[in-house]
Amino acid sequence: MDAFYIILTATLIALSCGLLGCFLILRRMAMVGDAISHAVLPGIVIAFLVSGTRDSFWMMGGAALLGIFTTFLIEFFHKRARLQTDAAIGVTFTWLFALGIILISVFAGQVDLDQECVLYGEIAYVPLDLWITESGKVLGPRALYIAGLVLLINISFVYVGYKELLLTTFDPTFAASIGISISLWNYLLMGAVSMTTVASFESVGAILVVALLVAPPATAYLLTDRFPALLAATAALAVAISAGGYYLAAWLDGSIAGAIVTVAGVLFGLAFLFAPRHGLLTRRWRQRRQRQALAEAAAGYRE
Amino acid sequence: MERLIEFLSFRDPSVLSVTIGAILLTASSAVVGTFTFLKKKALVGDAVAHSVLPGICLAFLLSGTKNPIFLIGGAFATGWISLLLVDKISMRSKLKEDTAIALILSVFFGLGILLLTYIQHSGNAAQTGLDSFLFGKAAALVGQDLLVFGVVAVVLLLAVTLFFKELKLIAFDPAFARALGLPVYGIDLLLTTLTVLAVVTGIQAVGVVLMAAMLITPAAAARFWTDDALHMTLLAATLGALSGLAGAFVSYAAPAMPTGPWIVMVVSVLAMLSFFFAPRRGIVSRWFQQRQLQHTILDENVLKALYHLGEADDDMFRDRSLEQIIARRFFPRRPLRRALQRLQRRKLVQRRNGTWRFTKAGQQKGQRMVRLHRLWELYLSRYLEIAPDHVHEDAETIEHILTPELEQELARQLDFPERDPHQSKIPS
Repeated sequence: MDAFYIILTATLIALSCGLLGCFLILRRMAMVGDAISHAVLPGIVIAFLVSGTRDSFWMMGGAALLGIFTTFLIEFFHKRARLQTDAAIGVTFTWLFALGIILISVFAGQVDLDQECVLYGEIAYVPLDLWITESGKVLGPRALYIAGLVLLINISFVYVGYKELLLTTFDPTFAASIGISISLWNYLLMGAVSMTTVASFESVGAILVVALLVAPPATAYLLTDRFPALLAATAALAVAISAGGYYLAAWLDGSIAGAIVTVAGVLFGLAFLFAPRHGLLTRRWRQRRQRQALAEAAAGYRE
Repeated sequence: MERLIEFLSFRDPSVLSVTIGAILLTASSAVVGTFTFLKKKALVGDAVAHSVLPGICLAFLLSGTKNPIFLIGGAFATGWISLLLVDKISMRSKLKEDTAIALILSVFFGLGILLLTYIQHSGNAAQTGLDSFLFGKAAALVGQDLLVFGVVAVVLLLAVTLFFKELKLIAFDPAFARALGLPVYGIDLLLTTLTVLAVVTGIQAVGVVLMAAMLITPAAAARFWTDDALHMTLLAATLGALSGLAGAFVSYAAPAMPTGPWIVMVVSVLAMLSFFFAPRRGIVSRWFQQRQLQHTILDENVLKALYHLGEADDDMFRDRSLEQIIARRFFPRRPLRRALQRLQRRKLVQRRNGTWRFTKAGQQKGQRMVRLHRLWELYLSRYLEIAPDHVHEDAETIEHILTPELEQELARQLDFPERDPHQSKIPS
């Protein structure tokens, strides 16, 4: 049963991340996602200290604010100080992440988080924190419900804003010309990324969540050319890496999150080499066949 | 404070060696970071930094020791591979560079975490302290470690000194470098190698996770103070060294604290101070420059309006009320009053019973503005053949920045004209 709970939680998180990741990689904002996933840390710690609970509601609120603040700060450094974008991203997220780690160390006694947990989480503890009603009925792990809720929120967000998100992603100029606010949808998307990051935080940590945001959509992107198919392939990959990662970790006795990401990396490598249309080797083989066919045709013509 | 004095006296010899080590590591990564920053590849450093973790773990697994030479070797190998893969993915597939970077850094880091936890759970007693690579531990820099990392740092600094000109050239103008016959690919390779080496050494001080800051932040801060690549490099090194010093102090005064985040905090605060307060490029100074320019333009426009009024009734030195000025050319009231007060301070106008009139100097200044405006209008219509009713807007902006030399040149090219395209007189 524990294995089932862990895999299910991981799958729900990977689905949420993958859904948003599809938009991120198409908007060329993968590194902004990376930055946000680091930068929400101080938000979580501060929400912790202010509210005094580990209540997810507070943490998500704090993190969503920090995520939007990060997006704003990157823009601010870029536009106002004319700092090049890559450096603006790098300076902002390392600073906020360092702040978060320092806060954790300073308030080590009060904050129930440690540095390792921040880095790679501990999804193996998911089945230990059960949600039990007052009448004593066991409803299952708490993290599972949070992950489910976040996925629901993300799906509704994308469902409601599908047209706007798609337009601001593929053709921002056209979107602006028909009156869709680019920056509003940008901030909404970043808010959703921050919220998802936090929900995934305890399970997979700050850095591995980036892999969930980027690796399945990037793999799916090599397999298909249509957006709905991209979403579907991402979802399938999310399920596959969660289950595969769990069993790899069980076999090696290592971090489950680390193993999930490793599997995601391996799948990407396979797609990079062997994807039907865009794979490196498939393209090479196709070229060779075409060259041969051409050579034969040319030989036939000469005769 | 006491601790700070105690620390700075270096009575404890190990403090001295830790400090020297931390400064060398942070300064050398800042120097290399300057060039990745200038090449706009700052985030590539982040990918390398995360990617050295599996290398360190693999080296430990294979060698069974924490000998720094093995660990550096392993880190170097995976760091290099990661950069190669980022390049391959962004060049050979339809994925963009940012996706490639994020993908490689997170996947390599995940692999590293898997290996690290595998090593920790395997019960190998020698593994303790391997995780100090995550957040850095300057205090661990003693004995053999210090020697090895110190030597690498010195090699880095030497390499940058030797190839400074070449590195500068490929950062700013690779096409020109190629035209000169420089081996651009080779120098690129050198920079890549230096970046990987800088990351490999720097992680001892700040750790894998925050290493990117040591490459990016000092360079970004230094960029705000100078336009010269050499000065920028030296300044970045100084800022890096300062933060290294702070890190050594933290690991001396509060051993429980992770060193890396404090180093990054110090260098980030220095950088943000630079972003805001650096002369010329800083946000505050830029804001002042903009306000200054707005004032100049407004003041000169007011002078022009006064001159136009004088022109209309052939008396330059009559008193004008605010209403008259606004009737001639619209200004919002409060800014107009402020502008007149500024002009009064500069002795260009005089105030009497709430009305304003030119001084002699003010009249001349207004005359010059009108002259510039009309000269430019004439120039546009004669040489660029723009219709006379289209030239006003353009003249309105350029008149504020034309220099006396340009004024003379214009007059000469237009053969010292008397009338502008609207047949108004061009004053001398």
